[in-house]
Amino acid sequence: MRLLASIALKHLLARKRQSLVSLLGIVLGVAFFLTISSLMQGSEKDFIRRLIDNLPHIFVTDTYRNPSLQPVERFYNGKGAIEVRSVKPVTETRGIRGYEQIVDYLRSLSGVEASPVLAGQGVLSFAGKNTALSLDGMIPEDIKDVVTIQDYMISGSIGDLIANPNGIVLGAELMRTFSLQRGDNITVTAPTGQVRTFKILGVFRTGRSEYDLNHGFVSLKRMQSLMNRPHRANTIIVKLPDPYRARAIAADLESRIGYKSISWQESSEDLMSTLAIRNIIMYSVVSSVLIVAAFGIYNVISTVVMEKHRDIAILKSMGFLARDIQRIFLIQGLILGIIGSLLGLPLGSALMYALMQVEFKPPGSTQVIVMPLDWGWMQFAIASGFALSAALIAAFLPARKGSRVQPVDILRGGV
Amino acid sequence: MREIVIRTEHLTRKLFGEVPVTLVEDAGLEIRRGEFVVITGPSGSGKSSLLYLLGLLDMPTSGTLWMNGENVSAYSEDKLAELRLAELGFVFQFHFLLPEFSALENVMLPMKRLGRMSDKQIRTRAVSLLTDLGLEEQQHKLPHQLSGGQSQRVAIARALANDPLLILADEPTGNLDSASSENVENILKELAHLHHRAVAVVTHETRFATAADRVINIVDGRIQD
Repeated sequence: MRLLASIALKHLLARKRQSLVSLLGIVLGVAFFLTISSLMQGSEKDFIRRLIDNLPHIFVTDTYRNPSLQPVERFYNGKGAIEVRSVKPVTETRGIRGYEQIVDYLRSLSGVEASPVLAGQGVLSFAGKNTALSLDGMIPEDIKDVVTIQDYMISGSIGDLIANPNGIVLGAELMRTFSLQRGDNITVTAPTGQVRTFKILGVFRTGRSEYDLNHGFVSLKRMQSLMNRPHRANTIIVKLPDPYRARAIAADLESRIGYKSISWQESSEDLMSTLAIRNIIMYSVVSSVLIVAAFGIYNVISTVVMEKHRDIAILKSMGFLARDIQRIFLIQGLILGIIGSLLGLPLGSALMYALMQVEFKPPGSTQVIVMPLDWGWMQFAIASGFALSAALIAAFLPARKGSRVQPVDILRGGV
Repeated sequence: MREIVIRTEHLTRKLFGEVPVTLVEDAGLEIRRGEFVVITGPSGSGKSSLLYLLGLLDMPTSGTLWMNGENVSAYSEDKLAELRLAELGFVFQFHFLLPEFSALENVMLPMKRLGRMSDKQIRTRAVSLLTDLGLEEQQHKLPHQLSGGQSQRVAIARALANDPLLILADEPTGNLDSASSENVENILKELAHLHHRAVAVVTHETRFATAADRVINIVDGRIQD
């Protein structure tokens, strides 16, 4: 093998300029591949991080994924022709039964935080104006462990609801449209007909104007009495130490308690598939850079093969095997791929470092944007792996052609 | 009688193109150790084609070829290559040295491929082969720095590298001046007579024929009696 490698190297060195140009193609290809893929990966991770932070990792709802079977259906278990029509469920107080036990069970798992919520609709009335309001009844002591709302408070705090259970926390948009002040009293009418007066104790601004306009937080006990659903919660919000295990834990939880448990991956499936498509687009665009570079390798190696017909003939007549010849040219591709990767990766890192220095503020935004770059070893491995395989594939065709040269054809032809 | 190195029976090689051509027809011959055989004939007579068949570079269309008593007609391409590496040495008209490698490296190549000796032994043998052929001074030169005669002697040294049974030369002096030609001719003759190798030379130079132990004359692909 060492002999073949030395022949391969001599061939490349004999064509320094050409080899250098094709090497440069690989170097740039690897560098761009690395930079762009780490940028895309970084932005994807950044995106998912924001998504995960703002969403509960799992939320348990008070519904079932599949309606329960009627006794007659269960009895015959699909063996008879049964049709039950106009099934009307027994009237019951909706909600997760025994939510306290479920929350206790979840909290017993290491690092898992869980908090019950009773969500519902109400109508806010103030100074003769009305608006529909989505209300979350929650335990103020626990809620900050599972959602990030506390981070968005611009006035007051969720914790103020502990001291004053008749308080409410509203969004800044709503406060503005209704000319409300912190400390004002508002009236909320529930679909049950119950009416309660709440005192505004805090204001949040998430930046999502819809949310800031029609969302409110009250304490769980008040919400239960407002909705006339004592001892009920209809959602359990779960935060996990490792968000990526949400899918498995949600499935496990659902099989235990029967209630539909939705992981963040499931609830953002559309976004996740968008990300997957984005990745496919990115990798195909970036790969094209390397594919173009691979053509450079193909070019230099097929030129070498063409010029070296005589040498191939003499090597074969000397007793070199067809696969020796093939290996010589594959090694050339490999050499170009390896050196290209070795030079391309540092160049890509330099580009990445330069991109990290870029800070800008898009018009209309309040946040300074920095490039989210992912420095994970996977990016480096993928970039160099792709370069090596591109180089090998590019070398393969001319190498095979070279190995098929028949010495007699060359010897008969003279030169 | 010395042992037979190579023997053929009814060896035929045809090219099947639009116009089928018979290169070699019904060739039967044997070459023994220590024999200096000259294959001669007018150009296009098929003498080179016969040499390629003897050198296992080309496969006969029909007929049988024994090498060292073994029928090699049905050998695979890889097995033939191994035989060429260990048992055959070639010298061609156009030298065919690898241009990127020095004279010494060119001679070392077949030995390295065979891999039966250490790198040090290979180098020592290559130097001594070159020295025997009067090329000690030229060993580190690249082929383009050598004269035609020197190149051909490097090619002979390379052909001898793995100590082959049979040396095949195709117009080895075709491109050389008369002094170099005589030199090459003497070397080949010595290889047969002093070193007891079988040597087959294809040439149309009459001078070779006078030095040969045996002359095989080919006309239109057929060996003439």
